[in-house]
Amino acid sequence: MEIEKPNLRVKIGSLNLQNPVMTASGTFGYGEEFASYVNLHRLGAVVVKGISMQPRPGNPPPRIVETACGMLNAIGLENVGAERFLAEKLPYLIKANATVIVNVLGDSIDDYQALAERLHGNDGISALEINISCPNVKKGGVAFGTNPEMAQKVTEAVRKATDLPIIVKLTPNVTDITAIAKAVEAGGADGVSLINTLLGMAIDSKTRRPVLANVVGGLSGPAVKPVALRMVWQVAQAVEIPVVGIGGICSAEDAIEFLIAGATAIEVGTANFINPRTTEDILVGISDYLKENKMDSIQKLIGSLQT
Amino acid sequence: MEHSLTRPSEVIRSEALGSDIFRLTIMAPQIADTAQPGQFVMVQAASGQDPLLRRPFSIHQVSGNGTVQILFKVVGRGTRLLAATTKGDFLSVFGPLGKGFTLAKQNKNIAMIGGGMGIAPLLFLGKWILRSGFSGKLIALLGARNSAEINSLQEDFNHLGITTAIATDDGSRGHHGLVTQLMLQHMDPGEEWQVLTCGPYPMMRGVAEICQGMNWPCQVSMETMMACGMGACLGCAISKPNDLHSYQHVCKDGPVFAMSEIVWK
Repeated sequence: MEIEKPNLRVKIGSLNLQNPVMTASGTFGYGEEFASYVNLHRLGAVVVKGISMQPRPGNPPPRIVETACGMLNAIGLENVGAERFLAEKLPYLIKANATVIVNVLGDSIDDYQALAERLHGNDGISALEINISCPNVKKGGVAFGTNPEMAQKVTEAVRKATDLPIIVKLTPNVTDITAIAKAVEAGGADGVSLINTLLGMAIDSKTRRPVLANVVGGLSGPAVKPVALRMVWQVAQAVEIPVVGIGGICSAEDAIEFLIAGATAIEVGTANFINPRTTEDILVGISDYLKENKMDSIQKLIGSLQT
Repeated sequence: MEHSLTRPSEVIRSEALGSDIFRLTIMAPQIADTAQPGQFVMVQAASGQDPLLRRPFSIHQVSGNGTVQILFKVVGRGTRLLAATTKGDFLSVFGPLGKGFTLAKQNKNIAMIGGGMGIAPLLFLGKWILRSGFSGKLIALLGARNSAEINSLQEDFNHLGITTAIATDDGSRGHHGLVTQLMLQHMDPGEEWQVLTCGPYPMMRGVAEICQGMNWPCQVSMETMMACGMGACLGCAISKPNDLHSYQHVCKDGPVFAMSEIVWK
């Protein structure tokens, strides 16, 4: 039997995606930056740069440094804020017919809730991805994402504010990521995405100073892929809700590995910086793989790992 | 969508201009046709994942037959790999990117001031200025570590008919000292000048100080670490004047800025 056009559709809660290929927040701008290279409407979804209620200037430079098979970044969540996003960035994505997921961030539970309320009801937003890796300013700077109870509370607050599908983006900088995943599932998340960057640092031996002005930064790129794959596999077994795999995905083969590990969808991050067309190339590659392996639906691939 | 990413570009020529300075000529017609002086390209030094990121290079020259040149000094793994490429190799070259130099309408005299590898975009710029029908005085003040680093570049400028003056750190060619010390020797304060500069930050700060004092307009080409070159990573932030906690991005807002848009510290 020849498979002409495999079914690539996947579902996260009530969110229907035409395919599992999405962009990782913070690596794809607000979509428009990539419009000359990628057919935005062909992607499963465009996950935009993390938005806070108020604009943020970001961290002082240097903000990035290359490391072996990867890079560290401490951008500092630079973004235009919710109002400018809605007025200036979202209309373009709607016109481009893109499925839009807005990554949201805040310094307190109230921040997250207020932002979810503000974004709710705007045409053209299909889901929210909650970045819980930010420090909780009100609770002494401990990240929401490293404490199951706080992670659950943030999820519940956003859940109360909107009936949009909610994906909670998890940090890998924890002892047991499945505990956080279960907590946000209990809090009402429709899915989890992982991993965010691994905390790292780089030192200049000549000057004996940190390379990044922020001293520490998030590691991304192919260097983190094995860690991400392991965590996706663990979380996929621990929760009932869909898992979105992120971490060093550069090729269709990488993406397929995440799907096999149990990811329902994937996000392409750092690879967008090297080749802005990566997402569409991966989409074609996944489809070809299914055809070659005589699979009529991506569902046959998801979670197909045999151990 | 057809652009420079669609297929890799062939290296037509690789030249060593001194012990650690190299010039690559790459066949990239889409870039050559549309590039403006001061714009840059992002070049992948290896086809694998290490080094991972592309490297930004200002465009050194373009030709009517579709070639683009980059000029670089070996400073790390990426440039070492690029220095080892030879004729017939293929490289992924993405561009042209960023905002280049702009010329004031009136025909003020123009001084191009370059230091080290910052000289690279000035050759393209000089050619472009001459082709635009410019009729004022056009000079290039070039700074380098030593004679070996600047010899063949100086010839390229002279070949276009551009008057050059050289400063070297070791005095092996031209003025023994800083390129900024050449400015008032070669730029008559009684005339109107516009200055276009690219080089190390301290050099450009010196150029900007003199230009501010003389009330000459000056454009500077900035260099930072960069991951994407297209405004996505936000890694190439530099402070805006008057508000140090407000940032602009070298890849999109620049790399060429008016000197008044830069914090000189």
